[in-house]
Amino acid sequence: MKAAARLLALGWVFHLKMLSRSAFDGLLGVMWPLFFATVAFFMFRAGGGQQTLLYASLGAAVMGIWSMTSTSAGSALQRERWHGTLEVLVAAPANFALVLLPLTIAMSTIGIYCLVATLLWGRLVFGIELELVHPLLFAISVPAAVLSIGAFGFLLAVSFVRYRFAWALGNLFEYPVWLICGFLVPLSLLPSWVQPISWLLAPTWGVRAIRESALGGSPLPDVLICLALGVSYVLAGVLVLDTVLRAARAKASLSLT
Amino acid sequence: MTSLRVFFIGGLTSYRALFYWLTPWVYVPSLLVAPIFQILLFAYIGRSAGLESDEFYVIGNALQYAAIPCVFAMGFAIGGERYQKTLGSILVSPARRLPLFLGRAVPVMLNGAFVAAFSLAVGGFLLGVDLPASALAPLALVVLVCAISCTGLGLINGALGLRVRENAVLANIMFGLLLIFTGANVPLDQLPGWMRAISEVVPLTHGIEAARLLADGASLGSVDHLIGQELLVGFAYGLVGYGLLRFLEWQSRVHATLETA
Repeated sequence: MKAAARLLALGWVFHLKMLSRSAFDGLLGVMWPLFFATVAFFMFRAGGGQQTLLYASLGAAVMGIWSMTSTSAGSALQRERWHGTLEVLVAAPANFALVLLPLTIAMSTIGIYCLVATLLWGRLVFGIELELVHPLLFAISVPAAVLSIGAFGFLLAVSFVRYRFAWALGNLFEYPVWLICGFLVPLSLLPSWVQPISWLLAPTWGVRAIRESALGGSPLPDVLICLALGVSYVLAGVLVLDTVLRAARAKASLSLT
Repeated sequence: MTSLRVFFIGGLTSYRALFYWLTPWVYVPSLLVAPIFQILLFAYIGRSAGLESDEFYVIGNALQYAAIPCVFAMGFAIGGERYQKTLGSILVSPARRLPLFLGRAVPVMLNGAFVAAFSLAVGGFLLGVDLPASALAPLALVVLVCAISCTGLGLINGALGLRVRENAVLANIMFGLLLIFTGANVPLDQLPGWMRAISEVVPLTHGIEAARLLADGASLGSVDHLIGQELLVGFAYGLVGYGLLRFLEWQSRVHATLETA
């Protein structure tokens, strides 16, 4: 247990450092959501809708966490394959899930840069004041969202292991999750059949928790659902990973996909 | 004759060899499905913000998405030579540079126009946007002109690929800036004056405006000045891109930096 915790913690720090130094994952990761946030701020400022700029600012801030995770997680295993480290990691005595999970959580952690950058961008350029109604709960909601989105990234990463161009699928999930998780659009505006799908996605509850802790409300149930979904993604991911690795060993296809 | 062969056959061969997104595994999710979700995202944000009609976002985002195939593909079609270890051979060849590099731009333009037209058709269908039948041919022309101007910008991205390692990062930044400045999602009169001034000189702004007017029933003759401006912007970017290519090629010889970026 202690060794597993140590592996998770060290893996998280290691990957966080690597990702922070990548122009694609670091610099672009922070800038990318700012483009969309800027457009959204202009749209909400110019429009006559009910949503406030602060509502948009909080949603846009969480968009970055998802962006960082979806694209990078899609190609996480492919990248290890290119580096020539996948076989070594799989053959290591540590469970491969413990190696992969800190990577995807590090990706979503980079999203905290995006969150801060978007909130600052909103404050400095658009004058959007952020006064937290429940600062303590806000401080709990953000890591809960980060962890559960990282866990979702883990599930995506292991699901795409047989797909050579996994980054393209990861990219593909960026807009739909932004849309159906209510980052900038209230779920009530979407068709009713979409809502059950969004309830199964942790980012929905993560952004709700962050909004309710910032704007006022009761975010704790959202935090708990968000974390519970995160745990279920990890469990599902471990099962998928075991199956995929067993098949890869049997067919000698680990480095061939 | 050799230049024509380099232009057409060499251009197509290089494009197919270097733009690896042509595999269906990348093409379908990245160039056919993603623009539809971008349209849906902004159409719903627009509904939430109470700003513009669905038609506004369908046209704006469909045309703006032409930037992805055009800017990325030009980056790959030129910068990709380095990763294939063929850049040096290409640059020491006696082939004239104009057909060599512009030949690669033709398939890029055609693909960009196809992606924009597909997004316009499917996005419009999903959101129930009716475009008048009389506007379809003029819209096709505008889509092609937008793809040409984006390819001009792509040529700059490709040229910078001779010096900059992170071509994809640069292409993404160009795409993001176009999202803000072209009026694809925010009416230009809602932007600050300095941003409006910039929007006048970036690709797509005039094309998107022309397409919206056509969809509202305007005749081709009444938007010809916008189409002309879009073409002019595209040619200007293309000229800058070509100049930059020659300059950076010369720089790479002088400083021996061809393989160091």
